[in-house]
Amino acid sequence: MAKLMDYDRALELFEPVLGFEVHIELSTKTKMFSDAPNYFGGEPNTNITPVDLGLPGSLPVVNGQAVRYAISLGLALGCSIAPTSRFARKNYFYPDLAKNYQISQSDEPIAFAGSVEVELPNGRMFTVPIERAHMEEDAGKLTHVGGATGRIQGAEYSLVDYNRAGVPLVEIVTDIIYGAEADAPELAKAYVSTIRDIVVGLGISEARMERGNLRCDANISLRRRTPEGEPPAPLGTRTETKNVNSLRSVERAIRYEIQRQAAILDDGGTITQETRHWHEDTGQTSAGRPKSDADDYRYFPEPDLLPVVPSAELIEELRAALPEAPAIRRRRLKAEWNFTDLEFQDLTNSGLVNEVIETVAAGAAPAAARKWWTGEIARTANAQGVDATTLVTPLQVAQLVALVDAGTLTDRLARQVLEGVIAGEGTPQQVVDARGLAVVSDDGALIAAIDEALQSQPDVLAKIRDGKVQAAGAVIGAVMKAMKGQADAARVRELVLERATALPE
Amino acid sequence: MTTDLTRLTADALAIKLSSGEVSSVEATQAHLDRIAAVDGSVHAFLHVASDSALAEAADIDRRRAAGEELHPLAGVPIAIKDVIVTKGMPTTSGSKILEGWVPPYDATVMTKLRAAGLVSIGKTNMDEFAMGSSTEHSAYGPTHNPWDLERIPGGSGGGSAAAVAAFEAPFALGSDTGGSIRQPAHVTGTVGLKPTYGGVSRYGAIALASSLDQIGPVSRTVLDSALLHDVIGGHDPRDSTSLTDVWPSFAEAVRNADVAGLRIGVITELQGDGFQPGVMERFREALALLEGAGAIITEVALPSVEHAIAAYYLIMPAEASSNLAKFDSVRFGLRVNPKGGGTVEDVMSATREQGFGAEAKRRIILGTYALSAGYYDAYYGSAQKVRTLVQRDFAAAFANADVLVSPTAPTTAFKLGEKTGDPLSMYLNDIATIPANLAGIPGISVPVGLAAEDGLPVGIQFLAPAREDARLYGVAAALEALLEQKWGHTLLSQAPDLSPSEMNATDEGAV
Repeated sequence: MAKLMDYDRALELFEPVLGFEVHIELSTKTKMFSDAPNYFGGEPNTNITPVDLGLPGSLPVVNGQAVRYAISLGLALGCSIAPTSRFARKNYFYPDLAKNYQISQSDEPIAFAGSVEVELPNGRMFTVPIERAHMEEDAGKLTHVGGATGRIQGAEYSLVDYNRAGVPLVEIVTDIIYGAEADAPELAKAYVSTIRDIVVGLGISEARMERGNLRCDANISLRRRTPEGEPPAPLGTRTETKNVNSLRSVERAIRYEIQRQAAILDDGGTITQETRHWHEDTGQTSAGRPKSDADDYRYFPEPDLLPVVPSAELIEELRAALPEAPAIRRRRLKAEWNFTDLEFQDLTNSGLVNEVIETVAAGAAPAAARKWWTGEIARTANAQGVDATTLVTPLQVAQLVALVDAGTLTDRLARQVLEGVIAGEGTPQQVVDARGLAVVSDDGALIAAIDEALQSQPDVLAKIRDGKVQAAGAVIGAVMKAMKGQADAARVRELVLERATALPE
Repeated sequence: MTTDLTRLTADALAIKLSSGEVSSVEATQAHLDRIAAVDGSVHAFLHVASDSALAEAADIDRRRAAGEELHPLAGVPIAIKDVIVTKGMPTTSGSKILEGWVPPYDATVMTKLRAAGLVSIGKTNMDEFAMGSSTEHSAYGPTHNPWDLERIPGGSGGGSAAAVAAFEAPFALGSDTGGSIRQPAHVTGTVGLKPTYGGVSRYGAIALASSLDQIGPVSRTVLDSALLHDVIGGHDPRDSTSLTDVWPSFAEAVRNADVAGLRIGVITELQGDGFQPGVMERFREALALLEGAGAIITEVALPSVEHAIAAYYLIMPAEASSNLAKFDSVRFGLRVNPKGGGTVEDVMSATREQGFGAEAKRRIILGTYALSAGYYDAYYGSAQKVRTLVQRDFAAAFANADVLVSPTAPTTAFKLGEKTGDPLSMYLNDIATIPANLAGIPGISVPVGLAAEDGLPVGIQFLAPAREDARLYGVAAALEALLEQKWGHTLLSQAPDLSPSEMNATDEGAV
């Protein structure tokens, strides 16, 4: 077990420097370079063509839909789209790579120089610089058999399934990220989460991390802090953590690597440039293969493919069709709804922004919509261990709010109505009718109850007449009780004060 | 005495098949018999597909008898260079590493041949992965030149050229990366054309150098090449580098051949030093004939051509080193398990060590080096710049000439074994053919007679701008007609009859 330094201490001594490579599997109908369906799983080596197997004589053909998806993603990342980009061959021998080269993009990616706005849980906005987004093909899948760990070490033999070979990928590479400081783990999580939101918003990938549709390789190094006035220390040696298959893991893996590297550096050790394998179960990383900047992939332009030259019209058409960026959308909504930072942050953290949008669209005031979703509904969902969105619809919540606004329901009554809606008793109005929960708005009935209460408590009546208005509380309580809660307390109060002076002594 | 069907051109045979005078089974059997008689000496074939060929022929005969509308070439036998993948026929590309591999799919050109009803009689020998100019780098032994069995048939497509020259097939498919169709045509007295890059689909041609390779026709007459080109050409969505042009009929271009007013530019740099006198003599004669027929002969310069070989021998091996990486024993072909087992890398390494011949290894190493970090700009990068210069030279030359012309190769067929110890001298044999591949333009080689000093065939090469393949068919057909008119016979009728048992089989047999 690696020695770890206390996180706060590590941050005192070192500045974390980050970089991410996120791979996204595009949900096109067919593969990147062949007409095999873009689907894997199932019987091994059945979803393949001569192209996916790299059979002699076979040739790749670029999937136009994958190019359009890549352009849309590049635009959503604020990138420039290259008028001409090119595929290249990345040459290395590995049995999951059918041709022993991967068709990727090297120095001429389709999208470059963008940025992504990321909001951290503490409300801090962070701009992640994007170096590039490029297209490439996925490799096949190796299964190592006979070892204890399922990894290549100790295995007796390995099986290879090429069904995944040629699945279209876009790889998003960030520039070096400085300044995350103690927020580094949260930034990592928020970044990947934002990328996922963007991709899902574009509808170009399933983006399920647990299924490998979206994979994050996290690069991290530590730079020793220098006293004020001295030049900054050089960048530290980085590690690249792979196999990070959930948002939570991204955060944990970064925190772990910061603590691990800090302990080594503080002991006078050096960091090995290598890939690190994240273990979800133990919450640790272990050494993978050494990775050197001198790895020579002998990139050269793929001679079997023409350059990708999207027309300006296509790019503009895709730009016009882009959904609003998550960060911009958040900023706009916060302003439109007039929420405080804290209120909006709560809402974001609850994951119910879309529900509030729809509830507002259905006529509810933003504050009321937020209050119901993050309050009573979220509490009930939590208690039942279900997703809040499964309990009620935004329309039902809007109808509930409307009943409150109209004075038909008090908050207390409305909670009972919500309970009925959740129990499947129908729309809020149906629940009101069925349970007879409406506020008694007949002043006559209220006055009768008030007069009775006042007359049965002459001492209270006397106090009110003496101007001790707060004494009215006891009467109001009695009236509400008599009305079984189905009265508007404010109206009752008004009437109590009125009747106290009106009643004969 | 019946006509020897193997002596007929594809066109003549096609006419007899259409008229019902001859059946495809008869024509196919005649060629299979000829192969059985002479291929022991020539070794043009790596695989003879007797059974499937006869079955295909019988099917054509049946369909013709049923009154089905067939392609004019239906039922004509054809030989296929082993670089082309053929469903059901073994495909080795001349290498041990693919010994016994039967592809599960057809190259696009094969699909087109089958659709036209041509009968594939077998796979022809070649230098391993098309790397060579003599077929001596075939892992299965060299092919012999039918004009002199001690000499090379050219390469890499020596098998296809020799098969056609030895009347084992009326025509054949070849592939040309730096001259592998044209140089064998030159040394065997046959016709061969490298189409414009992108004119014929490369899907299913085992790649040597993707940016240079083209499949093309090999035949005894210009018309037969044109007829075959008409079948195999055209856009293929499976090949991204395939042109979307609608091509004219090349057979029509042959029939309308006329050189009156045609400006023919003689390439200054591709004559003189290093060119055999007998080759130059036939070359000049041919130019004189064309001039006499109304062509305008001028001289043009291609100053960058002197760097073309150097550039070619960086680009070609660079692409080859990557293209040949897939031969690793994992999915197909040879697998060599090292003694005592080992990792997958050990198995890959042992397989490649044993499966590749010396020339393939030489080029893989050269190409790997040329692409390596730190050397890329100096080698691969510079070579690509030279390639651009060569293309500019051609563009400038074609401003003043409709076609360019040179001898196809500096010498006639050299002796087997003569250059195997000297790769550089072997590479220089392609000096005249390589520039067309670098520029992506079409080139044709047509026989112009025999060199006086050794009595061996000599070819002339015409080059045209990209997409102007039809122009080449026109000028080549015109020259062919002028020469045959002058000689009173075809050149190949002068070739030795290789089979004593067939001495009486032809009227043209005696010289």
